[in-house]
Amino acid sequence: MQNRFGKLYVLGIALLLMLPFIVVAGVSFNEKKRLYFPPRGFTLDWYKDVLSNSEWLGPIGTSLTVAAIATFVAVCIALPISFMMWRHGVLFAKALFGLGLVPFMLPPVTSALGFLIFWSEIGGYGSFWATTISHSVFLVTIPLMMISLGLETIDEAYLDAASSLGASEAEIFRTVILPLILPFVFGASAFCFVLSMNEYIIAFMVAGFTVETLPIKVVNSLRYGYSPAMAAVSVFVVLAAAGLFLTVARFGDLLRMVGALDKPD
Amino acid sequence: MTVQDTTIPRPLPRFRGVDHKTLILIPPGIMLLIFFLCPFLIMGAVSFYYRVPDGFYEPDFVLTNYAAFFDPVFLTALGRSLTLCAVISVVCVSLAMPFTYLVSQMRRGIQVPIVILLLCILTLSEVILGFSWTILLSRTAGASNVLVWLGILDRPISYYPSRVAIMIAMLHFCFPFAVLTIYPPISRFDRSLPEAAATLGAGPIRAFFTVVIPALRGTIISALVLVFVFALGAYLFPQMLGRPADWTLSVLITDQAIYKSNIPFAAAMSVFLCIICFALILGVGKLTKKTEG
Repeated sequence: MQNRFGKLYVLGIALLLMLPFIVVAGVSFNEKKRLYFPPRGFTLDWYKDVLSNSEWLGPIGTSLTVAAIATFVAVCIALPISFMMWRHGVLFAKALFGLGLVPFMLPPVTSALGFLIFWSEIGGYGSFWATTISHSVFLVTIPLMMISLGLETIDEAYLDAASSLGASEAEIFRTVILPLILPFVFGASAFCFVLSMNEYIIAFMVAGFTVETLPIKVVNSLRYGYSPAMAAVSVFVVLAAAGLFLTVARFGDLLRMVGALDKPD
Repeated sequence: MTVQDTTIPRPLPRFRGVDHKTLILIPPGIMLLIFFLCPFLIMGAVSFYYRVPDGFYEPDFVLTNYAAFFDPVFLTALGRSLTLCAVISVVCVSLAMPFTYLVSQMRRGIQVPIVILLLCILTLSEVILGFSWTILLSRTAGASNVLVWLGILDRPISYYPSRVAIMIAMLHFCFPFAVLTIYPPISRFDRSLPEAAATLGAGPIRAFFTVVIPALRGTIISALVLVFVFALGAYLFPQMLGRPADWTLSVLITDQAIYKSNIPFAAAMSVFLCIICFALILGVGKLTKKTEG
């Protein structure tokens, strides 16, 4: 099926997938506070507005902090579990791995409601940590799967070699395993970070009226009418995500990270 | 150190019982058990609680929250959600199969940007995507302006709120998920099969439908289920692009929990949704294992 028709099909779908982004980018250049496409006039004022206005900078800062901490915690949870399961076949690690996959098997609303009830029972409802910790356990599936994929690519001969040369378990982990899985850890972190930055339903249910993350801010301002500033924020978010994934692809094998088999070109 | 020590590798400490190394599993274990398992267990308990009319709830064992499922509002929302997600799932997987197959044959230099595009859409969540679609389907900036320019329409119109708008946005959101679900098995797919078909005289399209699709039956079935469950989670699109009459189960749950303060009923619906999804995913896991093994 690798003919002209096939290429046209792929190109057509790729263009359709990009269509919303093209329109949002176009709308953000409108001179007046109306959304026209194609834009009427050209201005970068809306971008300046977003970058200088605390109305937007506040939620952006909150989201960046939540995403950074949640990503770090998620990786710290996932790394020992994946490692113990792969290296020692520990049963408890397998059970935790299975539990960690659950969030992505269920509609996010169910997890969000679980978190809402949990945090209001123990008294953290509406707090920064409720959002952050909920994000970290919700997103743990990503590093669990990606780090496990990375561990599976390691040739056991390396470990035997290191071990026969007298390296301790800790040394093997630090000098052999960690460098080999680092691209996968980085990829998983990028993925987690972007997901947390954009996550709405959990943040809303757990602390929607007190901790204003960027998605919550966007949804709230949609209620008061549209402005090109929101389009400018969206462009920033899309560019940040694309930039992060590009970086991941530069330093690691992105195709392998999403589970594809490596093939020589 | 004797010669023997250096030439014979020490046996790796695999498959041993609990030792000090497994202690590093305690912090992640605590995190997952307390902050993830507990919320679900508590939610399960709350679904049997008694709802006090002023908006709170107290521990009890009542079945009224589950009995409320027979309410026509719930039943129509359930039917609507299941139909909508089934349609989305079938369309997404049908479009994604040839797409993924073609992409997986392309050069790395093309595959990587496409995967990045898919990841961007998948991670953007419904907030930015929903906002984009409201613009794209609007009167002032939307697709209808192009149709006016082409002379098909007299004046621009708005395409939302409508059920079609919800479907378009959900297709856009679920398509990358479908592709990334079937991408790993397709990249491992044995290319000699379609090549053999080509040697025997089948054209590329015929080979795709008569050789590739049947060989990937298990993949397709599990992708259908996973996309279905993924689509069930859509929550903002029905609100941003539809009317209350188009709300799905996910929207209903939040509406009951946040705006109607009926947490026990929301919990009961949520438990119900979890059971459907678990049953589907575990069922299809068993099914594909059977067909492959």
